[in-house]
Amino acid sequence: MTTTYFNEMYDGGAVRPPYARLQDWMQSMPAELRQMKQAEAETLFRRIGITFAVYGEGGDPDRLIPFDMFPRVFLQEEWRRLERGIKQRARALNAFLVDVYGRGEIVRAGRIPSRLVYRNEAYEKAVAGFVPPRGVYSHIVGIDIVRTGPNDFYVLEDNCRTPSGVSYMLENREIMMRMFPGLFQSNRIEPVDGYSDLLRRTLASVAPAKCDRDPVIVILTPGHFNSAYYEHSFLADLMGVELVEGADLFVEHGFVWMRTTEGPKKVDVIYRRIDDSFLDPLCFRPDSMLGVPGLMDVYRSGGVTICSAPGAGVADDKAVYTFVPDMVRFYLGEEPILQNVPTWQCGKADDLKHVLANLPELVVKEVHGSGGYGMLVGPKATKEQIAVFADRIKADPGNYIAQPTLALSTVPTFVDEGVAPRHVDLRPYCLVGERIELVPGGLTRVALTEGSLVVNSSQGGGVKDTWVLAE
Amino acid sequence: MILSVTHVTTYRYDAPVRGAVQSLRLTPSLCDGQRVIRWQIGVEGGMRGAAFRDGAGDWIESWSLRGPATEIAVSVSGEVATTDMAGVLRGHREQVPPEVYLRDTASTRSEAGLVDLAHAGIEGATGALDRAHRLAAAVAEAVAYKPGATEAHTTAAEALALGEGVCQDHAHVLIACARLLETPARYVSGYLEAGSDMAQEAAHAWAELWIEGLGWVGFDPANACCPDTRYIRLGSGLDAQDAAPVRGVARGRVTESLDVSVAVAAVQQ
Repeated sequence: MTTTYFNEMYDGGAVRPPYARLQDWMQSMPAELRQMKQAEAETLFRRIGITFAVYGEGGDPDRLIPFDMFPRVFLQEEWRRLERGIKQRARALNAFLVDVYGRGEIVRAGRIPSRLVYRNEAYEKAVAGFVPPRGVYSHIVGIDIVRTGPNDFYVLEDNCRTPSGVSYMLENREIMMRMFPGLFQSNRIEPVDGYSDLLRRTLASVAPAKCDRDPVIVILTPGHFNSAYYEHSFLADLMGVELVEGADLFVEHGFVWMRTTEGPKKVDVIYRRIDDSFLDPLCFRPDSMLGVPGLMDVYRSGGVTICSAPGAGVADDKAVYTFVPDMVRFYLGEEPILQNVPTWQCGKADDLKHVLANLPELVVKEVHGSGGYGMLVGPKATKEQIAVFADRIKADPGNYIAQPTLALSTVPTFVDEGVAPRHVDLRPYCLVGERIELVPGGLTRVALTEGSLVVNSSQGGGVKDTWVLAE
Repeated sequence: MILSVTHVTTYRYDAPVRGAVQSLRLTPSLCDGQRVIRWQIGVEGGMRGAAFRDGAGDWIESWSLRGPATEIAVSVSGEVATTDMAGVLRGHREQVPPEVYLRDTASTRSEAGLVDLAHAGIEGATGALDRAHRLAAAVAEAVAYKPGATEAHTTAAEALALGEGVCQDHAHVLIACARLLETPARYVSGYLEAGSDMAQEAAHAWAELWIEGLGWVGFDPANACCPDTRYIRLGSGLDAQDAAPVRGVARGRVTESLDVSVAVAAVQQ
C-alpha cells in the first residue's frame, strides 16, 4: 500500500499560493551558498546558547536541534481557521478543568467516565473546590497539530501544563530575519515577536484578587540543570521578570516573597516550569527540594496565582484526550473545528482486540509517555518488535492507546542532495487569561530522515520557522 | 460529652535552623456531632499565615517562623462538645468526589495478603454497611495493637505481614482492603479520649469508608468501634502522610527530633 502525502508547497506541478515567492528564493540558492548559510545559522544558534531538547525528551543537553532554513508557510485564511479551532479547544479544556474541580457536570452527565478523571494521577485532590483567578487552569496551551490535506488538520495531543519550545518559535524567526532580510521584504509575514508581551499581559491578568497593584511576576525554574533552562531564562529576559528557583522564594504572612538585595518583595504571579509534585513539600512530595514550602496554602487562600494551575494535567492525559471534542460540544455548544485523531483505548476489550490485530498499521503510545519514547510505529517496526510490543500491551492494556499512522503533510526541506519533502507537525502556543490570544505562528517540527514520520528531536527531528502570510 | 485537649508537638534541632514553615490541619472538623467551645493553635515565636478551608472540608493554617531557632513548639488547646453520630459523618461540607479515594498511595498499595484479607473479611456480609463492619473487625483481628512494632513509613502490606501495629497501620490496612473492594476509603486523623491506659493513642487515627446512602462512615479497627463521643475529627487524606495534622519544613542542615504530648480528657460537668 502506498500512501499519498499532502505536499504543502506543490499541488502536482503547480506551486501552492502560500509558497509562491519561495520558489525563486529556493532556486537562487546554489549548494555552496546554502551550506554557508546553514553554517551561519548554526553559529548563530550556538552563540545564543539555545541547545536544549524540546519537550523534555532527554538526550544530550548540549546538542543543537537542527534548524532547517526552508520556512513552513500558511495563508491568512488557513491560519484563521486553525486559530479559531485552537482557541476553541483551549476554552473547552479550561472549562473542563474548572468543572472537574467543581461540580463535575460532565461526569454527572455521563459524557466522560468518572474513573478517567477522579482516579487519574494528575487529578489533584488538593485543589478540588478551588477556582483560580478568571477560572483559568491552563494559561499556556500547546496543541500539537498535524495536517493531512488542504483542509484537514488533526490534533495529536494537548499540552496544558507547561509546554516548552516557544523559544524556538521566536529564535527561528529572529535568525531567519537576520540571514534572509530580503525574504521578509518580498513576503508580508505576520510577526511573532509580540509573544512575550502577550504572555506578560496574560500572566498579569490572572493576578489574585488580593493584588492591588501592578502584579509582580516571576518564572520559577527547577534550575540550570533542567533541559529547558535556556527557555526559562530567555522568557524571563524578554518579559523583564525575575527568573527564580525555589530557594529564592519563601512564604510568610499568607503571601509569597522573593529574596532580593533590597529586601523581600511580594510575588503575585508565578509562571512555574516545575511539575505539580515538586511545587510544595508540605502538600505534595515531602522530599522535594525544588519547590517552595507552604506555597500551596498561599495559593489556595488566594495570595498568589500559579500558572499553570496545579491539577491542570488531568486535561491533557492521553486517555482524556479522546473526550476533548465532547468537551467542546458540552461546554461551548459548538462543533469542534479541529478533529481528534481516531484513538483506540487498549483498556477497552473491543479496542484491544482491534489494536492487537492491526499493530503493523498503528502507532501505539503509552498513556503517560512523551517525547516519542515507549512508542511503537507499526509500519516502521520489525515483526519481532511488534511481537515484543504486543506482549507489553497485553500485560497492561490500560496503559496504551493506539492511533492510525497519519499521513503527515510534507514541506520542502534542505537536505544533502538539495531540497526534498519532509514530514512536519505544528505546535502553536495559545495564551489564556482575561482574553484568549495566539500569535500567528508556532513551532514546526520536521522529521529530517527521509520517509520518517517521527518529528521528535530525540529521534532525528529538526525545527523550521513558521510563517503566516498577511493578506 | 465535653472533651478537653492539650496537644504539644515539639521539634528540636541539633543546630539552629534558619527558619521553618508549617501547614497545620489541627482544627476540629465542622460537622454534626462535634462543636468547638474553644480552640487555640499557637506556634511559639511563629507568624500565622494563610488560613482556609480546603476542598475536603479541613481547616488549614500556615505558620512560619524566622530563625535562628533550635526548637519549634506547636501547641493546641481547646474544648469540644461531642454527640454520638454512630460514626456517620453528617453536616460536613466538602467538594472532593468520593471516587478520588479509590486511588492507591505508596502506603496503601495492594498486595496478595491484603486481597485475601479483604475477600475473607466480607464473607457472608449482607449489604455495604455490614461489609464495612466485618472488614474493620477482620483488620483488628489480623493486626494486633503493639506500639513500637512499626514506624511512620510502614505500609499496609508490611503491617499486615507483621501482624502488629498501631492505629495508623490499622487504618492503612482497612483503607487498602476497602479500596480493593472498590469502596472509597480515607485516612482520618483526630483525637481520642481513651482513658489513662492508652495515653499513646490520644493522637489517634482511623478510617472512613464511603457507604452509598449514608455517606462517609468512620471505623476504628484499633478499638473495634465506630467513632463516638470520645472522638474528635480533625481532617482526612488518602493516607497518613496526606492527612497529617502537622506538615513542616525547617531550613538548615540539621537533625530533627520530635516530642509529642497529648492529653484528651472528659470534662467533669
